Amino acid sequence: MKRFSQLIQELELSNKTNDKIAALVSYFTEADDLDKPYVIAMFTGKKPKRPVPTALIKQWAIELSGIPEWLFAESYHSVGDLSETIALVLPPATFEIDKPLHQWINELAQLNGKDDERKRDYILNAWNGLGTQERFIFNKLISGNFRIGVSNKMLVNAIAKQSEEDSSKVMHSIMGKWTPDEITYQELIKGAHVNTDNSWPYPFCLAYALETLPENLGSTADWQAEWKWDGIRGQIVKRNGELFIWSRGEELVTDQFPELHFLKDELDDGTVLDGEILSVKDGNVQSFSMLQQRLNRKTINKSQLNDAPIGFYTYDVLEHQGNDIRQEPLANRRAILVGVIARLSTKNIVELSPVIEFETWEQLAELRLTAREINSEGIMLKKLDSIFHTGRKRGDWWKWKINPYTVDTVMIYAQKGSGRRANFYTDYTFAVRDGDKLITIAKAYSGLTDKEIKEVNAFVNKNAIEKFGPVRTVKPELVFEIAFEGIAESKRHKAGLALRFPRIARWRKDKKADEINTLDDLRQLISSANQLKSDHQA
Amino acid sequence: MALIQFTNKGIYCKQGNFYIDPWHPVDYAVTTHGHADHVKWGNKNYLCHELTKPILKQRYGLEDNVQTLPYYKEIDINGVKLSLFPAGHVIGSSQIRLSYKGEICVVSGDYKVEYDGISTAFEPVKCHTFVSESTFGLPIYNWQPQEIIFDQIKSWIIDNHQKSKTSILVAYSLGKAQRLIKNLGDEYPIYVHNSIANLNEGFAEAGVELPATIRITPELKKDELQKGIVIIPPALADGRWVKSLIQPAIGVCSGWMAVRAGRRWRSADAGFALSDHADWPGLLAAIKATEAEKVFVTHGSTAVFAKYLNEIGISAEEVTTKYGSEDDDDENLIKPEQAP
Repeated sequence: MKRFSQLIQELELSNKTNDKIAALVSYFTEADDLDKPYVIAMFTGKKPKRPVPTALIKQWAIELSGIPEWLFAESYHSVGDLSETIALVLPPATFEIDKPLHQWINELAQLNGKDDERKRDYILNAWNGLGTQERFIFNKLISGNFRIGVSNKMLVNAIAKQSEEDSSKVMHSIMGKWTPDEITYQELIKGAHVNTDNSWPYPFCLAYALETLPENLGSTADWQAEWKWDGIRGQIVKRNGELFIWSRGEELVTDQFPELHFLKDELDDGTVLDGEILSVKDGNVQSFSMLQQRLNRKTINKSQLNDAPIGFYTYDVLEHQGNDIRQEPLANRRAILVGVIARLSTKNIVELSPVIEFETWEQLAELRLTAREINSEGIMLKKLDSIFHTGRKRGDWWKWKINPYTVDTVMIYAQKGSGRRANFYTDYTFAVRDGDKLITIAKAYSGLTDKEIKEVNAFVNKNAIEKFGPVRTVKPELVFEIAFEGIAESKRHKAGLALRFPRIARWRKDKKADEINTLDDLRQLISSANQLKSDHQA
Repeated sequence: MALIQFTNKGIYCKQGNFYIDPWHPVDYAVTTHGHADHVKWGNKNYLCHELTKPILKQRYGLEDNVQTLPYYKEIDINGVKLSLFPAGHVIGSSQIRLSYKGEICVVSGDYKVEYDGISTAFEPVKCHTFVSESTFGLPIYNWQPQEIIFDQIKSWIIDNHQKSKTSILVAYSLGKAQRLIKNLGDEYPIYVHNSIANLNEGFAEAGVELPATIRITPELKKDELQKGIVIIPPALADGRWVKSLIQPAIGVCSGWMAVRAGRRWRSADAGFALSDHADWPGLLAAIKATEAEKVFVTHGSTAVFAKYLNEIGISAEEVTTKYGSEDDDDENLIKPEQAP
């Protein structure tokens, strides 16, 4: 595990992508071959089943360190990471354990199903035999949650460089279905499992946000415009009689969406579709909050199926008659897609995401303003001659989102962030006015510059009224403009409504707390949004 | 009446009519050590340890109105007996022991319990009332012995040399810099920033022996620096000069580096948890050794630390002071709070 621990330290300390790739390349050159598939699994978010719940780990750490629970909590708030806090507060190691990474992971996996006493013995023994840094790694292995700023793309680039393999092939390979205990590093990078595996998806082609006027993109004749849907980007794979649905998070979500299972009978083998999983009722796309009711559920009841029926709006076809057609221009792929969808005998569930007809950019800009009426986030612009790229690439595809809604609010609570910002108040709660009361409507932690964060931090330190554990109640004085993507009624929130994707748009130093918006303003926004939708649907 | 009071000017001894490390100008200031959050310019008279005098002269131009004492020598100020005991924080750092009618109070300033090879080693002093810092007053701070840290720093330097990188250590001019110079050995020439070189000269005049270092001047060639070790204060770590060096590798030396969030500080390539303050076990051991009936906790994790002391049966109270709150070259400049 020492070599892996060194890799983690190198990755955490370097700020430059090239340094990180160099650290990964040297790791994949020097490390134990048996460890490598586990590292790849970990970095790509393939989590093993968690052998011991967090609450127990925390409890044992508190017992072993002999500090009171509140002091552990204070320590955690200062460190910002539970695995690290535990590693730091435990008493020094009393002996030394040196085991390879894959052995640790396998031993942890074998703890599943054992009684708590056995688990406790194992964990405490490991803690007593490891130094601070390795303890931290060990704790991360238990949680399976290793987020250290290595993107799939970066990992793939490093592996491709180390193994002198083609990077898109490596991406295919590691995105497929495999488990680290059943594959060798060599097999994995060569993609040995990929040919026999019917499920593997293609890497998604992603778009950057349009930062310029669309006029600068050239002639409208070169571009295809589509609505940008607010659902789950998905890929439907049909090969050798099997159907797989992948989400963009590289998760297999086939079982979650029974409405789409008819494709198993109706799609030809060797077909891969790219599109958006949405909730579509009576021909209308419903809001993301409706779709959310259907996500990550083990079972789906009748009313959920009825309230939030699933549809799939197809954007693209990546594989046709068993051939990878991603290098074909979009115009050709679209023509093939139209044919594929037309041949489906079950109608109204899997549909073409419509192409927006337009002649001038002004015309498109106007249409874009109506996006919200159909629960769309804006417009996607795709070049008609573009290939289906691997990952994010500038130039061929752009997302042109509508401007978000905004509301002026006042900050009422602040909490310290985690990780890099563990010592700063970076998580804020905002309120609007309701009569003479302030009512919470959003929590946000992004959108300020480092300098502004420092300023807010100083304000919080000076103006904290009360402490609730890590949370500070502050004098309602600082006004922030909050941007959000949508608004919906919500019984779970005190305000009776919930904002979607709230974030800080800017700090309104020019405004005073009595100038903020009211809850009534937001309620009106909901009713006018509903009005717009019903007008559109009528 | 209590021997010390916490006033808006600083820690005040009414019986002796003097202040300890006041933050507003007073007639008579007793100074624990030379860091800027403990020394304010403009007091009429200063009293400090002999080895703090060159620092006051070098940094604040104070000389004529500075009275000095060696460790352990007792003097009488308006009936209060005062003596200095080593605090082990930086060269010259002292705990101030006050004794009046059988009542003993010790104000420790900043301290660390590990001997660093250059500052006179910390000594616990039995007292009724003890004033303690708590910069690292959380159980997450457990220093490794300095030999281990210096081994890490040395192997980092060797690795940099093999990769043709320039090794730049970021350390406070007063304290950490001298500690590094003393403990890094003579394998590589050590180049130091002006602020460090000036202090070293002051120390040399006062009879403190330090290994030889070279003052950084514009004439120095970049490839010479690459072959040696460069020591600069934190304020310069992000500067253009550092970026102009050959493949600069920045190693930050500070207790805050014990935590990952701290290590990701600005442009650091490595972080070494080398501190001039006591860690959690150090603070507890020092406080227990004083056998004090009452502990006042000043700067750092004051609330948490005071609460914990009370829970383990040591009567403690948090006190608001201005120590550790301003930009200076003490540990706090490097604190993660300063660099989101």
